[in-house]
Amino acid sequence: MAKPIMLALAATLVSGTALAQDQVVNVYNWSDYIAEDTIAKFEAETGIRVNYDVFDSNEIVEAKLLAGNSGYDVVVPSGFFLERQIEVGLFQPLNKSLLPNLSNLDPEINEIVAEHDPGNEYAVTYMWGTTGLGYNVGAITERLGEDGPLESWDLLFDPEIAAQLTDCGIAVLDAPVEMVAAALNYLGRDPNSEAQDDLDAAEELIGQIRPYIRYFHSSQYITDLANGDICLAVGYSGDVFIAADRAAEADRGVEVAYIIPDEGASLWFDMMAIPSDAPNVEAAHAFINFILEPEIAADITNYVWYANPNAASMEFVDPEIAADPAIFPTEEVMDNLFALKAKSPQFDRLMTRSWTRIKTGQ
Amino acid sequence: MSTGVVQPRPGRIWGFIANALRRMGLSGRTAIILAPTLWLVIFFLIPLIVVFKIALSAFAMGRPPYLPMFEWGADESLTITLHFSNFLFLVRDSLYANAYINSVRIAAISTIIALVIAYPMAWFIARSEEKHRNLLLMLVILPFWTSFLLRVYAWMGFLGRNGIINNTLMGLGIIDEPLVMLQTEGAVFVGIVYTYLPFMVLPLYTALVKLDQSLIEASADLGARPFVTFLTVILPLSLPGIIAGSMLVFIPAIGEFVIPSLLGGADTLMIGRVLWDEFFANRDWPVASAVAIVMLIILIIPIMLLSIAQNAVVEKNQ
Repeated sequence: MAKPIMLALAATLVSGTALAQDQVVNVYNWSDYIAEDTIAKFEAETGIRVNYDVFDSNEIVEAKLLAGNSGYDVVVPSGFFLERQIEVGLFQPLNKSLLPNLSNLDPEINEIVAEHDPGNEYAVTYMWGTTGLGYNVGAITERLGEDGPLESWDLLFDPEIAAQLTDCGIAVLDAPVEMVAAALNYLGRDPNSEAQDDLDAAEELIGQIRPYIRYFHSSQYITDLANGDICLAVGYSGDVFIAADRAAEADRGVEVAYIIPDEGASLWFDMMAIPSDAPNVEAAHAFINFILEPEIAADITNYVWYANPNAASMEFVDPEIAADPAIFPTEEVMDNLFALKAKSPQFDRLMTRSWTRIKTGQ
Repeated sequence: MSTGVVQPRPGRIWGFIANALRRMGLSGRTAIILAPTLWLVIFFLIPLIVVFKIALSAFAMGRPPYLPMFEWGADESLTITLHFSNFLFLVRDSLYANAYINSVRIAAISTIIALVIAYPMAWFIARSEEKHRNLLLMLVILPFWTSFLLRVYAWMGFLGRNGIINNTLMGLGIIDEPLVMLQTEGAVFVGIVYTYLPFMVLPLYTALVKLDQSLIEASADLGARPFVTFLTVILPLSLPGIIAGSMLVFIPAIGEFVIPSLLGGADTLMIGRVLWDEFFANRDWPVASAVAIVMLIILIIPIMLLSIAQNAVVEKNQ
């Protein structure tokens, strides 16, 4: 009973603002994930006002989309979340006639993300990256020596090595999907497996190094790596680069490095999509098309240190970034990466439960 | 701007409302009772019914992520499907029971600590000169002027590895290695007690400030030592304040999510965290709702016991 009233109220509010402002676009993106001037440039060029809102986990986005009437016109979930969200009708197909800049996209990336979004019907890749290891070079070499396994997941998953890093601090992502996939990959198993014995094996592996993990968090490590408060973190590529940049700026003898370990790492794509109940569909297309401008995509990459899928933008990307194999991996490294896939709700439940057991021992 | 519009005076508005109600056949007395009742129905009962309904639905990926409870059949039949499995699920896995017990434990300990700290504070304020009381009360409430989240973050600055406390202690040469204070259960107690302390101080103050000084003097005149006076005179008379303050701290502390997730460690298991996981990580709104309903039941029992106790005390004192 309360719901229809609320819906009616929300609808009035939304249409009210639409009438008053005419051209608005409500964007929901990851935090620290856009160049400082992108939105100002978009507003200046199109006259469309942007309400820019940020999140820091896929789960939050999904909860809002599932509740409905989120009011957002463009959201940027990761591919493996988007996949199942498309399946249950949370997004509307793109009107490609409004997106002439689609031709700037790298066809190879389009092909990979078609695994999440068959035919690239619903989403456009925003940025992409890897989940690898970030570490404090000085602290790690001091403890493990120059000939330590500096290019391997051994740094984290070998209990003997992890034990030596306890005092300087290990942090891992509070994201079971990422951590279980990394563990399975390290064990030589299918990182996207939904088999119970694979999950058990991953839990056992992470359980062994649990005593050496200082905390589970998905963004705290940026600051802590930069300050030297921790020396090893499982992290998203761009975030670790931000930490490295901040450490270099602070100039207090902390050097942070990001590696895609030799065993491989997960590859993920954050995708722009338009919710099926988006109030400003046309403005949403304008925004997506704007992000696909070569200069704009390059601006963002230069600012956030994540790779963009925009082939035409490469000439505007900072040469140092374009040449960095940890941001734009070489063909060889690329073969070693694996894309995360959507899991069934049943498996998600088992995985969450397993993750709680790892964290709390219960 | 609105030159042509005559703003009615507030008195007129109330008169107008009273007239309208009278015409509808409602007396002022009924109207007064009606307002809080309506408030409770709209903001408590209806949301509760919605949550309860979801708790009895089955999970299915979609918008919303659960199946409808009522279904109209083609032959004008109404099928009502109630899934009790969500509640059974909570019994089958010990995680939920452990989380509930741990939440109650943490909330109870925090309440006791807050009471021990707040009682002398309230006593001091109540016994200080009247002109100073308002200022002191103001100081108790002052932290509310900044955001709660900001204040919890400030504690992270105090308790952190490179925080103020560790740096001071190390600077003074008292410790060599930084103490691990953040991401521990101790930090959760600090956070909860700090945040909810004013809710304990204020009801205690209200109870203590009404305390008749002559009763304490009489007790002393009759030969009772201060401690005995406290136990037999002051404590019983301030019991309503103790009960009210404890409820105001205990109830929100049980469902606390922000403080344990910012100050607590990964192994601090509280029901707020479990609820978050069910809702966000598992997208299982029905089980999340069931967890919330059970939490409410767990909360309602102590609330009812405490309010019965409070009523008894109030009646006795009269």
